[in-house]
Amino acid sequence: MSEFLLDYLPVLILLGIATAFSLALLLAPAIIAPKSADTEKLSTYECGFNAFDDSRMKFDVRFYLVAILFIIFDIEVAFLFPYAVSLDQVGFWGWFVVMIFLAELAVGLAYAWKLGALDWE
Amino acid sequence: MLTVISFYLLAFVAVAAAFMVIAARNPVHSVMYLILTFFSAAGLFILMGAEFLALLLVMVYVGAVAVLFLFVVMMLDVDFVEMKQGFLNNIGFGLLVAGILLLEMLMVGATYVWKDGSTVVARGDEVSNIEAFGRVLYTDYAGVFEAAGFVLLVAMIGAIVLTLRDRDGVRKQDAMSQMSRTKETGMEMVDIEPGHGVG
Repeated sequence: MSEFLLDYLPVLILLGIATAFSLALLLAPAIIAPKSADTEKLSTYECGFNAFDDSRMKFDVRFYLVAILFIIFDIEVAFLFPYAVSLDQVGFWGWFVVMIFLAELAVGLAYAWKLGALDWE
Repeated sequence: MLTVISFYLLAFVAVAAAFMVIAARNPVHSVMYLILTFFSAAGLFILMGAEFLALLLVMVYVGAVAVLFLFVVMMLDVDFVEMKQGFLNNIGFGLLVAGILLLEMLMVGATYVWKDGSTVVARGDEVSNIEAFGRVLYTDYAGVFEAAGFVLLVAMIGAIVLTLRDRDGVRKQDAMSQMSRTKETGMEMVDIEPGHGVG
């Protein structure tokens, strides 16, 4: 195994521990907890009265807009991570390219701001 | 040895979870299995040495794209019984898309065989994966990089155009007008006579 992958061995061990621990927490109640279920206990509980509605309901599309604006700027930042590492190697031309990239997304940000897509009502 | 075990474990989980994405009855469960597939793919990327890609996959796909998928699933207000009835109507188009994807995967495999089993090296001997990215992304692939920026811009404008609409009768926050309130505009002094009230 390469040296590089050995660096990730703790992550693998952590994943194993996390899996084992969560499985134990899931399985332990199923085995040792006392169960005496009846229909009233298993029915949907909504603050004492009978459930009004299905729990699945329509979302406002505005949440989606916030999420998609988040993901776009998330990706923008992700594109800049390699630049931070290779700053001294790409030179002026690399800086220029990154600035154009940022300007493109600044146009988008200005557009979103102007139209009020960042405001909540 | 551990590498091989990890590879087969991750690959098995990825394929099994990908199968469950289409086999699960509840769309929300499908999205959860999709997240598991993303995680396994990230693990495979790490095994290849592409650590930056792997962490990006977790950050962007698990952190953001999966949330978008969940939003879509929740926004649709799906009637599951009704959805299953139209299954056979879309099978032609579905087969077409699946066929194109299969062809693309076969082409990737064919390239691997044709080039005598050589794969892309994700990291050099002394540079890390992210540094290898940085060296070429802003120089050799500058055009593609700017194109990616434009794709993001189009996605942002498209999302705003499609979903943003002005609503009447809702209160909005307007920081400037709220802060520039003065004592004169914000309150009114009323001299109330005893026994008469304000009205």
